[in-house]
Amino acid sequence: MLSLNELWFVLIAVLFVGFFFLEGFDFGVGMQSQLLPKDERQRRVMINSIGPFWDANEVWLITGAGAMFAAFPEWYATLFSGFYVPFVFALFGLILRGVAFEYRGKAQSGGWRTTWDLSILIGSFLPPFLLAIVFASFIKGLPIDGDMQMHAAFFGDIVNVYTVLAGVAVVLLCNIHGLLFTALRTFGELQERARKRSRALLLPTGVVLLAFVIMTYFQTDIFKVRGALLWAIAVLGLVAFLLAGYFSKNKRDGWAFGMTGAVLGLSVIAVFVGLFPRVMVSSLGEAYNLTITNSASGHYSLKVMTIVALTMLPFVLGYQIWSYFIFHKRLSDKETLEY
Amino acid sequence: MDTLMLSRMQFASTTIFHFFFVPVTIGLSFIIAIMETMYVRSGNEEYKRMAKFWGKLFLVNFAIGVVTGILQEFQFGMNWSDYSRFVGDVFGAPLAIEALLAFFLESTFIGIWIFGWEKVSKKIHLLSIWFVAIGTTLSAFWILAANSFMQHPVGYTINNGRAEMNDFLSLITNGQVLVEFPHTVLGAFATGAFLIIGVSAIKLLRKQNVSFFQKSFKIAAIVGIISSIGVAFAGHWQAQYLVKTQPMKMAASEGLWGKSGDPAPWTVVANIDPEKMVSTHELKIPYALSFLSYSTFSGEVKGMKELQAEYEQKYGPGNYIPPVRTTFWSFRIMIAAGMAMIFITLWAVYLMWRKKLDQPNTGFLRICLSGLLLPPIANTAGWVMTEFGRQPWTVFGLMTTERSVSPNITAGQVLFSLITFNAIYGVLLIVLIYLFVKVIKKGPYAIDEDSHSTDPYNKKEGHHALT
Repeated sequence: MLSLNELWFVLIAVLFVGFFFLEGFDFGVGMQSQLLPKDERQRRVMINSIGPFWDANEVWLITGAGAMFAAFPEWYATLFSGFYVPFVFALFGLILRGVAFEYRGKAQSGGWRTTWDLSILIGSFLPPFLLAIVFASFIKGLPIDGDMQMHAAFFGDIVNVYTVLAGVAVVLLCNIHGLLFTALRTFGELQERARKRSRALLLPTGVVLLAFVIMTYFQTDIFKVRGALLWAIAVLGLVAFLLAGYFSKNKRDGWAFGMTGAVLGLSVIAVFVGLFPRVMVSSLGEAYNLTITNSASGHYSLKVMTIVALTMLPFVLGYQIWSYFIFHKRLSDKETLEY
Repeated sequence: MDTLMLSRMQFASTTIFHFFFVPVTIGLSFIIAIMETMYVRSGNEEYKRMAKFWGKLFLVNFAIGVVTGILQEFQFGMNWSDYSRFVGDVFGAPLAIEALLAFFLESTFIGIWIFGWEKVSKKIHLLSIWFVAIGTTLSAFWILAANSFMQHPVGYTINNGRAEMNDFLSLITNGQVLVEFPHTVLGAFATGAFLIIGVSAIKLLRKQNVSFFQKSFKIAAIVGIISSIGVAFAGHWQAQYLVKTQPMKMAASEGLWGKSGDPAPWTVVANIDPEKMVSTHELKIPYALSFLSYSTFSGEVKGMKELQAEYEQKYGPGNYIPPVRTTFWSFRIMIAAGMAMIFITLWAVYLMWRKKLDQPNTGFLRICLSGLLLPPIANTAGWVMTEFGRQPWTVFGLMTTERSVSPNITAGQVLFSLITFNAIYGVLLIVLIYLFVKVIKKGPYAIDEDSHSTDPYNKKEGHHALT
């Protein structure tokens, strides 16, 4: 049986898997909406394809952070104060992006749209890039002292070849994931362009991912700590990645989309599996690691939260799935475009 | 400036900015839900038009409310990590529940509401705006439950040097939240109402879409009068609770240094000198402070000097007096703005009753227009009083602000974020005003060339355009 601490570790992992799977595609659509469409009409269709979803997708991140705060306050405190500058940039991106979606369609002038399009690009690129850096740093280890305070240098501890590689890999994955989502919700020329580009991105993404996995083997201890399990996740990830390519080639967009989502999800799972029972690895020595025990809230608090979460979760999942069902059709030519 | 001061400035500025939009979101979502309900029940297209028109202003506002809210959640960990370590066990739970219970509801159904006009049935569409409205209110409840713990900590024990929750029920039935929640939410309803009243006044002054804006005005005036009078009552209960639980805040908001005497008079204005610890040039209303504090015309209220001595005994040496001038004046600004709101809505309802709203009095409409500023002033002043008045504590009696700040961040980092966030917020405010003016100018019957991109001359769509 899971202890409550373990359960909350798993729940937080689930929230971040959900976040990267869901917001992953709208980050990708956000970035590609500035690169793929050949005219304004196509761009609007692309942005509108994520219109009903992106806000709720972002709430997965907000809930993940909230769950960290409530269940593992020391983790939350060490993480957010330790990564102060990256979070400023990530927030900057999220703020710009949120208003950009809503505002870009509200006026006609060219300058207005160009400005918000740039905001969408920055806002869709920065958060996944920076969050990937944060997650890669979790397993690589950070200078966390005996008071659980992290004193990290921006260049070196946080931004280094390994973490940047993670950032690039996740950004590339989000792009393919978003392109496949576009292929799913549009048709005609835009759909074809999205399919074509998603295939073109497969090879470079595969190379970066492979390099990242190899570096993980040498830079972190997670393959030593959880060898068999991690190898299994890595193999599953590889299979999912190859299947994504296969399905994409056969125009099975839905399946291909599921597979790129699986690759993103498995990457998050690998991080959490590699961490367990730690939540942050201290590079100053094992004794300083943050774990699901020493960073957690008390038993009572976890119990209350568990009851609330397990009661509410079915409803939350239910209406979110329902909203995807409502908007499952491809965007037609006669569509009223909100954004 | 040091990390502490800069972090306080950042928290104050980003929170005040965030709270310009939250009450509008709560208030407008409810009024729009009422309008759409009237549409679904009567089938009258004008009500649908109302929901859509006010919905546009709502969405422009909602976007900023959402994005500035994310920063609020992250900021506790970024700038106030020692606070987060100390109270996470108690304070984190309502925040996590807020996300799970309210944010998901709000964000999913706002998507259905915006994009679902032609995709779901009328009833489901109506249900979705009600879910948005309920979501925003639930969100207010949970964040206020968290805030109430900071004002009046309950349901916890101190264990291993940190606060641990031991009674969830008492945390969410904290006397503080029971008075803070109605006061805040009614204030939000009034904010939404005054936005509609003010904007309708502009259009009525220009004699544009008169019937549409008269109807909107009436709905808002009714919501406005109920909520602005309700706010005053809720505020009265809150003041009484304050006397019991945070007497220092009450004394500071009165500029009361020594004992008040019995019965206690209420100071309208005064010149406060925090260095010499005296207030001069006071204008007082007899009995009023006794009534404010205890609902009777007798009873004494403790002054700051007396409380300072008590607190020193209890918590050790230190300065326990909050910034008195700020607390004193923000309290008065809030009350004055609130009174003006009651006055305007009473006048509006009187005109409606006498059926005089059809030939609107220009002077009155101008006053309604300036009424647009009253709720943000009242809301901001109210929170400034609440949060400044609690100083030097972050959690009253348990943890000081000084001890709450992150020890591992540098002043340079905070200065950087302070400038970044305030710059982007400044730009957003300008953009918001621009879009508001644009939407209002176009009016409710403008053809939506922005959102409709169907081209009637396109051969493929020609048939569609003709039918």
